[in-house]
Formats: sequence, C-alpha cells, structure tokens
Amino acid sequence: MATLKEVKLKITAVKKTKQITKAMNMVAASRLRGAQTRMEGFRPYAGKFEEVLGSLAKSAGEESSPLLLARDEVKKAHIILCTSDRGLCGGFNANLIEKADDLAAELTAKGIEVSFTAFGKKGRDWMRREKLNIVDQHLGVVGGSFGFSVASKAGRKMVSSFLASDFDQVFIVYAEFLSMAKQMPLTKQLLPIPPLEKKEEDADAPYQAEHITEPSPEGLLGELLPKSVDVQIYRALLETSTSEHAARMMAMDNATKACNDMIGNLTLAYNKARQSAITAELMDIVGGAEALKG
Amino acid sequence: MAENITLEIVTPEKAVVSEEAQIVMAPGSLGEFGVLSGHTPFMTSLKLGVVRYVDKANKERFVFVSGGFAEALPKRVTILAESAERRKDIDIERAKAALVRAEERLAKEGDDKIDFTRARAALARALLRIRLAETARL
Repeated sequence: MATLKEVKLKITAVKKTKQITKAMNMVAASRLRGAQTRMEGFRPYAGKFEEVLGSLAKSAGEESSPLLLARDEVKKAHIILCTSDRGLCGGFNANLIEKADDLAAELTAKGIEVSFTAFGKKGRDWMRREKLNIVDQHLGVVGGSFGFSVASKAGRKMVSSFLASDFDQVFIVYAEFLSMAKQMPLTKQLLPIPPLEKKEEDADAPYQAEHITEPSPEGLLGELLPKSVDVQIYRALLETSTSEHAARMMAMDNATKACNDMIGNLTLAYNKARQSAITAELMDIVGGAEALKG
Repeated sequence: MAENITLEIVTPEKAVVSEEAQIVMAPGSLGEFGVLSGHTPFMTSLKLGVVRYVDKANKERFVFVSGGFAEALPKRVTILAESAERRKDIDIERAKAALVRAEERLAKEGDDKIDFTRARAALARALLRIRLAETARL
C-alpha cells in the first residue's frame, strides 16, 4: 500500500494533467469552429467552379488538354501528403501516413518511382525517417490560417512538373472531415485530371443554349484546369485542418475522461489508506489505555 | 426598366458579392464586356481589373478582381476570382506594402524570369488596388 503522501502527490499530478488536456480540448474546439467556417466559406466557390467546369466540359473535347490525358507508361509518381504539424491528436497522423505508405508501396510494386511533397511536420518527419525522396515541404500550413495562394503555388508547381514529365501521376492524401467523431484518410488523383463529370441534362431545367466562350472552349479549359488542381489542393488542406482539430478535440476529451477515472480510483485508495491509518492509531490508543489500567 | 440580374462574386475565402444588379461590367481577357438581364450564355476568363455594376438603388459599385472566370446566364452572372474586394474593403496599407515589395523585387536585376513576371503581376495588382481605393472612378 502506497503511503498517504505518495497517493496525495499522484492525485495532484493527475489533476494538473487534466487541466492541460481540458484546456487543449477547448483550444481545439475554438480552432475547429474557425476551420469549419472557412470550409463553409469555400463551398460556394468550389460549387460554382465545378458548375463552370462541368458546363465547359460539355462543349470542349476530352483531348483538349494534356492535363486530362493519362500517360501510357507511368514511371514517376508523386504523392502530396497532408498531415498536421503537431501531435496529441490520437491516431490522426498515423492513419494518414499509413494511407500514404500503402499507396507508395503499391506504386513501387509496379516499378514506379515515387517522390513526395509534405504538408505538415508529422508527414515530413516520417518521410525523413524512411529516407524518402522529399521534393517539397510546407510547414505551418495545416491547422493554421493559410490563404488560397499556398494551394495555388503548390498547384502550379505540380502542373508544371507534370507537363515537364517530371511526374506522370500526382496523388494527394488527406483527411476528409466527415463528422466530429469521424475523419477519413483519403487518396485522390490530382493529375492527370480524372475525366470530368459532364453535367447531366436536367429535364426540368430551362432551355440552355451552348455557351459563347472567350477565348475558345479549349483555351478556356486550358486556363481552368490548372486552377482546378489548386482548388483540389486547397480543399484537401481545409479538410485536413478541420479534421486535425476535430481529432485533437476527441483525443483530449478522452484524455480528460481518463484523468477523471484515475482521480476517482486514486481518491478511493487515498481514503482507504487514511481510514486504515486512523483505525491503526485508535487501536494504539485503546491498547495503551488498557495497559495503563492493568 | 429592364429586369435585374443576379450578380455573384465568389473567392475561395468567401462570397464577396451576392446581390441584384441592373448591369454588370467586367474585364474579360479579350476585352471589357457588359451584361444585362437576358444575356446569352457566355463564359470568359477575366484579367486583372475592376468589375463595375449598378445596384438596385441605382448606385454604381466597384469590385477589384485579380483575374478569374465569369459565367453569364440570362438571369445570373457568376464571377470566380482568386481574390476580390469591394472598393471600400480594400486594405490600402497592405497594397502599399505590396507595391514596395514588388518594386524592390523588380529593382533586383538578373533574377530568373518567373520571379520577374510574378513581381510584375504583384505590382500591377497593388497599383490597381491603390488607384481604385483612392479614386472614386477609374
């Protein structure tokens, strides 16, 4: 049985830990709100963008841009991995890294050379540990308040590397925010751009003539497609940021609960120890009094 | 009077404008164009410039756009821009700082070409923001 003092110290320590985890939980909650607001702010743009792209895809041919064409022979692939900069968010980063690792293994098995871009420190550290080929790294982006320019910079780089045949395929691994309790690591192909979904003709939509476009549909598509890569990257970053905060909130919530359990158990042990000490003292006194009487 | 047309200007950060307008004028990449209600479907890329529109109260409004795309439909104009600001929301201090940065970068000769074109684009953006913010009319 631990002494009274030891148990008391332990209780104080756990209480302090609980304060920290509780504070982190609250910080994550407020950041999560910020991230969600930004995700909602981006939705109209993304929606409109897809609309425009969809209606353009109707009028322009599939072969109109090299960004749409799949290469016959894929030799080099590139993976963009979005993770968080900081830990203490449960299995969040581990799950993302596993996803990227699986994808890389699959590609390597096909004899494809794989290189990486890291968004977030955790992913970067993993790549360093595994001695992977890191082309580019961006820290301090995920989870913070980054602008669209971060995504468009990375997007431009991907597109130009793709066109220069430095990469034949580009993937992005990120965490999709499904709900507060669920974030799913996902892989998406960025380049070549997967076939555009042509807008279904709505039967009850009002008549709509073919668009007049300036410049030609092909020219316009040529400008829109690289931007669609930026949009995808930006979306992935927003999703990952939101997921990170949600994951941290959950992890800290669990930690706080675990602290509560521990405090309960320890307090029980403390009280038991205190009671047995009192009983022992009483026995002593009673024993002493009896002896004096004798 | 003609019917109004819905104007929407959205950026990745937020929707900047969403309101009724009598006429919308935007800087298309092949030249400025105006849209009234009932316009035939039209799509174009935009260059750096100013979108002007006349709102329901007959007031002329100005919005800075840094290029992007516009889609005009008979009852709706949608403008997708990487950044867009209403004239009153332009941050002059920031634009001035950007101007200085761009000028410094341009002053350094012998840099590679990409940096040069980017600095020039930044310069043009900063100048336009300042001009728009400081004058009532371009």
